[in-house]
Amino acid sequence: MASLTSLAGAAPHAPALPRPPLPALGAGAAWLALAGATYALPEAGDFPYTASFAGGALGAGLALPVLALLAGRLGRAGASLTHWTPWLAVVALAFLAWELVTAKFGLLPMPFFPPPQAILEVFLEDWPKLGGSILASLKLLAGGYLVGAALGFAAGVAIGWSKAVGYWAHPVLRFVGPLPATAWLPLAFFVFPSSWSASTFLVALATGFPVTVLTWSGVAGVNKAYFDVARTLGASPRFLVLRVAIPAALPHVFVGLFMGLGGSFAVLVVAEMLGVKSGLGWYLQWAQGWAAYANMYAALIVMALMCSGLITLLFRLRDRVLSWQKGLVQW
Amino acid sequence: MVAAATLRRPAAQEAGARLTVDSVAHAFEIRGAALPVLDRISLDVEPGAFVALLGPSGCGKSTLLRLVAGLEPPDEGRIAVDGARVSGPDPSRLLVFQDPTLYPWRTVRGNVALGLEARGLGRERAARADAALRLVGLDGFAEVYPHQLSGGMAQRAALARALVNDPRLLLLDEPLGKLDALTRLAMQAEILRLWQETRFTALLVTHDVEEALVLAERVIVLSDRPAAIRADIRVERPYPRHRDDPELVRLRREILGILGQPT
Repeated sequence: MASLTSLAGAAPHAPALPRPPLPALGAGAAWLALAGATYALPEAGDFPYTASFAGGALGAGLALPVLALLAGRLGRAGASLTHWTPWLAVVALAFLAWELVTAKFGLLPMPFFPPPQAILEVFLEDWPKLGGSILASLKLLAGGYLVGAALGFAAGVAIGWSKAVGYWAHPVLRFVGPLPATAWLPLAFFVFPSSWSASTFLVALATGFPVTVLTWSGVAGVNKAYFDVARTLGASPRFLVLRVAIPAALPHVFVGLFMGLGGSFAVLVVAEMLGVKSGLGWYLQWAQGWAAYANMYAALIVMALMCSGLITLLFRLRDRVLSWQKGLVQW
Repeated sequence: MVAAATLRRPAAQEAGARLTVDSVAHAFEIRGAALPVLDRISLDVEPGAFVALLGPSGCGKSTLLRLVAGLEPPDEGRIAVDGARVSGPDPSRLLVFQDPTLYPWRTVRGNVALGLEARGLGRERAARADAALRLVGLDGFAEVYPHQLSGGMAQRAALARALVNDPRLLLLDEPLGKLDALTRLAMQAEILRLWQETRFTALLVTHDVEEALVLAERVIVLSDRPAAIRADIRVERPYPRHRDDPELVRLRREILGILGQPT
């Protein structure tokens, strides 16, 4: 309140005076414009959630300038709000354009391009099915990814460390590894007892190959002087693997884990579309089959959030494990 | 055996190890051809002595240190420490490399404690590492990661990583080679102080004549590859030495003459 009264009061040239939150006012105006256009303009179709969507936009438009004024006292959340304000304005304008070309002016063919309120409707009405699909996808992904990453890591260390293992594993890896995991799909679905275990296998395969190769190259590329140091200090072979080779290879291992995660998403969606009768891939397929395009977009949005969230999680893990590295890329 | 949390041994164990190198020859194999690097080197280093191996770069000095450290077996000849043949690495014989080669994923304390950890000496590991860091003047840097250290500080940490194991023979492979001139002078004084305090036997490889003369009691001049001993010079001047000492200036000229350099 003190800052508000001093703002309203005298001394416009005082150096301590906070700048009027112009970007926040702009962003607020954009959300208010979205609310007004959504509510007031006539629409070509019957959308039960138009008013709710307009209400949400109205709330955002009113809250933004107020929150921006309080940003100084909100700590990290406030700083983050200030940082993202221009983006929030652009998002409102994008929603406005989307609203206008779909529901309001009907410039895009209707069933294929639903307005934002139709997608809001999906989230509010169909959330049990959508939520169940997320859980099913996560379960399948987690199982396959963890198995693939663990086996790939162990194989990579073994190949990088032992010449004998390298001799036998290298040709197999070279021959089979580059094959896309999805190519195994027809085979996997009749070899494995259930479509769930087949899909887990495929996700593990897609994860395992990059993790193996990157772990292997990480272990093989460890500075030989690190081993000399440890050997003169009396290290056992076990110590050389666990305390020297593996920590030194971890930056490479994480590159493999990132590549594996990306690959596992692709396999997951394909496996769910073709085999498993659950998960976001299946939801997408189902929505398309029923021409429920709003559901399809909703599932795509959820899938993007899920994948991005998992990548962020892996980045957090890397930042924690590799905190000793300098110049890490910020995600 | 070793008193915990301290680096000093009891007086009876204080003396360094005796090193005997007996007609050691060694060659590298490069694309099928043998490249001889050491030509029947024989050398006897008394316990607690500070000996410098001086020679042109690439002459095989570092190879000799690797053999003494037990990282590789010599092709011919015998290396013994206190009469026992060297058959592999041992923490009583430690090598300090030209690069500090600290593990970037460990803090300075974690790096210094490496030898204790590798040998399963868990008890008071951190305290002993901290004592070693104090010894090299790095107290306060225990929690820091290596990339935050300057070159001189990293080399100090590498020295502490060796000294925490109470080595009886310290092999120094041009440890100051990559430091700037001022840091180098400070580190020379530091190495001298550590040697005088803990009395390990020191074998220093260098191609810097002044460094050898300021530090060592004995300077062994090696020829170009394959290295053979050209001269074995005693430097009988008290410490701390000054590089303008007329005796050292005379020895410097003599050594440069042996190495075939214009003085």
